[in-house]
Amino acid sequence: MMELLQTIEQAGQGLLGPFWGPLWTLVKIVVIVAPIMGGVAYLTLAERKILGYMQDRVGPNRVGYWGLLQPIADGVKLLMKEIIIPTGANKFLFVAAPVLALVPALVAWAVVPFADGMILANVNAGLLYILAMTSLGVYGIIIAGWASNSKYAFLGAIRSAAQIVSYELAMGFALVCVLLAAQSMSLVDIVKGQQHGYGLLGWYFIPLFPMFVVYFIAGVAETNRAPFDLAEDESVIVAGFHTEYSGMGFALFFLAEYANMILISALTSVFFLGGWLNPFEGWPVLGAMTAWVPGLFWMLAKMSVFLFIFLWFRATFPRYRYDQLMRLGWKVFIPLTLVWVVVVAAWMQTPLWFW
Amino acid sequence: MAEIKNYTMNFGPQHPAAHGVLRLVLELDGEVVERADPHIGLLHRGTEKLAEHKTFLQSVPYMDRLDYVSMMCNEHAYVMAIEKLAGIEVPLRAQYIRVMFDEITRILNHLLWLGASGIDLGAMTMFFYTFREREDLLDVYEAVSGARMHAAYYRPGGVYRDLPDSMAQYAPSKYHNESAVKRMNENRQGSLLDFLEDFCNRFPACVDEYETLLTDNRIWKQRTVGIGVVTPERALAMGFTGPMLRGSGVEWDLRKKQPYEVYDRVDFDIAVGVEGDCYDRYLVRVEEMRQSNRIIKQCIDWLRKNPGPVITENHKFAPPKREAMKQDMEELIHHFKLFTEGFHVPAGEVYSAVEHPKGEFGIYLVSDGANKPYRMKIRAPGFPHLASLNEMTRGHMLADVVAIIGTQDIVFGEIDR
Repeated sequence: MMELLQTIEQAGQGLLGPFWGPLWTLVKIVVIVAPIMGGVAYLTLAERKILGYMQDRVGPNRVGYWGLLQPIADGVKLLMKEIIIPTGANKFLFVAAPVLALVPALVAWAVVPFADGMILANVNAGLLYILAMTSLGVYGIIIAGWASNSKYAFLGAIRSAAQIVSYELAMGFALVCVLLAAQSMSLVDIVKGQQHGYGLLGWYFIPLFPMFVVYFIAGVAETNRAPFDLAEDESVIVAGFHTEYSGMGFALFFLAEYANMILISALTSVFFLGGWLNPFEGWPVLGAMTAWVPGLFWMLAKMSVFLFIFLWFRATFPRYRYDQLMRLGWKVFIPLTLVWVVVVAAWMQTPLWFW
Repeated sequence: MAEIKNYTMNFGPQHPAAHGVLRLVLELDGEVVERADPHIGLLHRGTEKLAEHKTFLQSVPYMDRLDYVSMMCNEHAYVMAIEKLAGIEVPLRAQYIRVMFDEITRILNHLLWLGASGIDLGAMTMFFYTFREREDLLDVYEAVSGARMHAAYYRPGGVYRDLPDSMAQYAPSKYHNESAVKRMNENRQGSLLDFLEDFCNRFPACVDEYETLLTDNRIWKQRTVGIGVVTPERALAMGFTGPMLRGSGVEWDLRKKQPYEVYDRVDFDIAVGVEGDCYDRYLVRVEEMRQSNRIIKQCIDWLRKNPGPVITENHKFAPPKREAMKQDMEELIHHFKLFTEGFHVPAGEVYSAVEHPKGEFGIYLVSDGANKPYRMKIRAPGFPHLASLNEMTRGHMLADVVAIIGTQDIVFGEIDR
């Protein structure tokens, strides 16, 4: 596989010279973005099916066998729909907002390693880049809420802004612990830092367990998913910031939300569950039995588990109220992460640190 | 300095949490509600006026459409008013059937309430779970009356006909093959009472299931405890009835305080709250479902052992049997008169109230001796509850308004009438 890629690389270099680099990168981007878009489409189907089975019904089953063509039908429907721009809306911002929401959700994937060497850009400050990009997503939501000229959308946008700012902090502090443990900000090095030959015992979720939980919950809040879906709290503010959107504008917000869900799942796997690493590596029997499984499979399997948990939350929990959500963020998560940063830093100075 | 203005928001009538056609004008200070101004009348159909132009019997189906989630209880108050005024004796079996169906209706109403207020607070799965059980009870409605919602089953003098000996069965289709249908029909092999008994045996476990999802759920408690608190004094002053009043700790239930039909012969408890908040009202309603289940079971036992007539033999008020009509001129005349002119109710006035799932549902009827009521007034329990919305929501946050509308269990069919 690797030799094949190298041959292509050399041939391309010879053929196109300086133009080869950007072209090859573009190909790599397509190879990453296309499956993500497909994943988003089928995540909507998975969500509806899983929620369906949890709720004693079957979910979509009319379009294609077992509803498998449903996401395509939905996509076509949304593409054909008229984009309505409400009177009094700021036309330019109204159109720009969905793009602003989607772009950061996709751009962040540049530094996510899918397997050993399968990464678009191994940036040494990857973690900072991720934090920067995921924070930018909120601009799309705020601008959408403001530009819509609707009170429901405005309330949704304000809620979302406050929520994301608060949870970003807890998320950042949780990542400081990872950073301390791995002593690197490159996502590849973070994964490699979890490789000790003990399989899943070497992963960071064991010493950083509270951070693992905080990070994932903050991630749920960050993506505006139940039970933190206050920005689109349908029973109070109709559809929140995207109340006034229709057709493709609405679809782009959906794509951004689901792309963010997949991103958070991928990041949680990378930071705490050893990314592409085999959980049984170095174990007596299981290790040898699973040695042939490619790293990509483990990465996708870990992501799927988190995505399932996202959906499971949605089926189980009632929604938080706005002030309760802020209280959870500021009075529980941030103090907890602050304490754990100190604990980890002190722990790492003792001989009891095995990671 | 710029002038600070409250944020005015229009909530409804087309809003996911407006429970029908409630229009609420909210004055918000940030997310805190300063004033809630409910606007009603969007579902006004003039039921009271319409009743003045119809024979007494023709108004029964209109009652179903008042509170359209607790249909038979509405009918009950209406037929009871006529019976009181005309002095009609109701056979005991009919009384038991009415009590049984009142309690089925109570469960139907509370299940819908639980599902809907779950969805209001974001617990969407509740809705599907409660509708699964509602389905069985609606089948029971259908079995006795032919209609799943607007039953028109109660009649002055009893009920339309006796409980059926068989239940409708599922037929195989593209989506359910023979074996699936066989499994679905398993509890439908016997009579309606067998089906209902099977339901009663299953139901407590279903309520337990709802409770595992909500009762001890931290988020559910955060959203309901201390929200919309009503003191017992205020609850009485504002005219609360039913679970809204009992949630505040006032032990008032017409089934106990002024027993009608056979409520004094069945054994049940009434649930009373302590704090008067949304959580207590939730607990009261959940417990009421369990108690209703208990009453239904007792009614099933009695109804199995005691066959008999289910509608009065007084053919001035209830139609005669079909066979009798074919044989007997007098019965034919009775039938003709009943379904053309209708019956005349002696002049006078009466108020009859039942413990409706939402509170005290009353019918005030004035008759001048004609075949139509001179005036009918409906006392809808939801009306005073909605009127208290401003007081209950003041100082709470926007999301709590939804919780409070949910806990009031508002249905616009009865409020707008």
